[in-house]
Amino acid sequence: MASKKTNQNKVTPEDANSRRDFIKKSGLFTALALTPPSLVMASEKKWDEKIAEYLETVPLSIEVNGTKHNLNIEPRTTLLDLLREQLQLTGTKKGCDHGQCGACTVHVNGTRILSCLSLATMQQNAQVTTIEGLSKGKKLHPMQEAFIKHDGFQCGYCTPGQIMSGIACIKEGHANSREEISEYMSGNICRCGAYHNIVDAITEVKEGGKEI
Amino acid sequence: MKNFQIIKALSSSSAITGKAKDNSTMFIAGGTNLVDLMKKNVVAPDKLVDINGLDLKKIAFLKGKVSIGALAKNSQVAEDASIKEKYPLLALALAAGASQQIRHMATVGGNMLQKTRCSYFYNTDMPCNKRVPKSGCGAIGGSNRMHAVFGTSDSCIAVHPSDMCVALAALDAKVLVEGPKGKREIDFTDFHRLPGNTPEKDNKLDERELITSVEIPENNFTKNVHYLKVRDRTSYAFALVSVAVALDIKNNTINDVRLAMGGVAHKPWRLTETEKFLKGKTISADLFKQAGDLSMKGARGYGGNDFKLTLGENAVTEALTIAASK
Repeated sequence: MASKKTNQNKVTPEDANSRRDFIKKSGLFTALALTPPSLVMASEKKWDEKIAEYLETVPLSIEVNGTKHNLNIEPRTTLLDLLREQLQLTGTKKGCDHGQCGACTVHVNGTRILSCLSLATMQQNAQVTTIEGLSKGKKLHPMQEAFIKHDGFQCGYCTPGQIMSGIACIKEGHANSREEISEYMSGNICRCGAYHNIVDAITEVKEGGKEI
Repeated sequence: MKNFQIIKALSSSSAITGKAKDNSTMFIAGGTNLVDLMKKNVVAPDKLVDINGLDLKKIAFLKGKVSIGALAKNSQVAEDASIKEKYPLLALALAAGASQQIRHMATVGGNMLQKTRCSYFYNTDMPCNKRVPKSGCGAIGGSNRMHAVFGTSDSCIAVHPSDMCVALAALDAKVLVEGPKGKREIDFTDFHRLPGNTPEKDNKLDERELITSVEIPENNFTKNVHYLKVRDRTSYAFALVSVAVALDIKNNTINDVRLAMGGVAHKPWRLTETEKFLKGKTISADLFKQAGDLSMKGARGYGGNDFKLTLGENAVTEALTIAASK
């Protein structure tokens, strides 16, 4: 195997910070720089960082579990990171962060998607439902109850994604047999191997006919 | 991921105007491949042009053809009742790709433009002529179990990973694109290219061209069709080898046939010689065995993927047998 290293695609810290530095140097700070006492005070309070941050962000209006949020986010923020890091909704899990495991599955406008591969800025005015949005007060969602009853998990890390996907699987009309459920749940990996019980849980909710 | 600017295009012309001539600007649709590539620093654009606001999501059944908008979601096409009825091979291939969550996000145009999953392309510490021209190919002489056996070059042995594209290549689709110089059509089988000395170019799109739709002519392939996908697990894995078969059978005779393979080349691999061989012949197990053998003529293994030569023969025979029995 050839061992030649090719780092031409790597982003150096200099590249990543250059725009912020540019904004800092060329923005409001040029004006502030004319008044040295202000500059000292601004520097102490890290205003330069804050101004740069503000200028690098984009506005986002998004509804999560029925609550509207008006935020400013970096364009590179994924929906998953927005939920977990900015809205403190840590029920949605980061598994692989590359669209291979399904742990980050949420519903956007009623459709299940992978929040790790979705840029939050592209979900302008979207309605997002996460695992935290399923229960009604203390009453669990039928799928949550079924997962408990059928032992549809062991470590529990994939469970929020499995439950969000399981609900969508039924709503899409893809839960008509065990084989069909397995196929349409294949984007959700469970390394504890609770698949059999997960299919049991989904089958029961489907056949129970409760509103989901 | 490096931070970037993002602008939302409201028309295809503004999207094209908003895109620079090089990879410093990229279009983003579903983002399922691009966001992943950006996280791994395989690509690092300064600006993204979000094209999701464009009116390119419709599936329209026109006289003699269907037109599928470039922004139609993979699941939307796979589950469209009329697509299932008139173009079942396409629906089968789409349903075999990725997971339902990804199919809900991924678009038809994006599926065509997805990058190879060659591990050397994805690992920025490794040489890869596709990612960094002239840096070498790690897969030749390296780990190449997933790699190509047709149309390879000394520069690149990567495969195109799409399932949908294998069906579209078989069904004589056309790609409609729009760019600064106007609109043009490209035959689907000409859209993706072989690596040659420039593996960094996956297809024949110019830098600022945008795919607007895909058209498939009407055909008689509504019954005896099959998409056989051989992979390491039953679902949610890329193909080792896949075969798209469409047969038009009359009185046990093959009136017309379309055949294409996935997982074997830098582009969906249409089997025109096997098609010619099969046309007009009476169906038999022996015929399908011969067709399988013929299909892999000229294939070349690279060590780790030698098994594809036999697997390919068997997969073509199996896919033909299943399609004929439907």
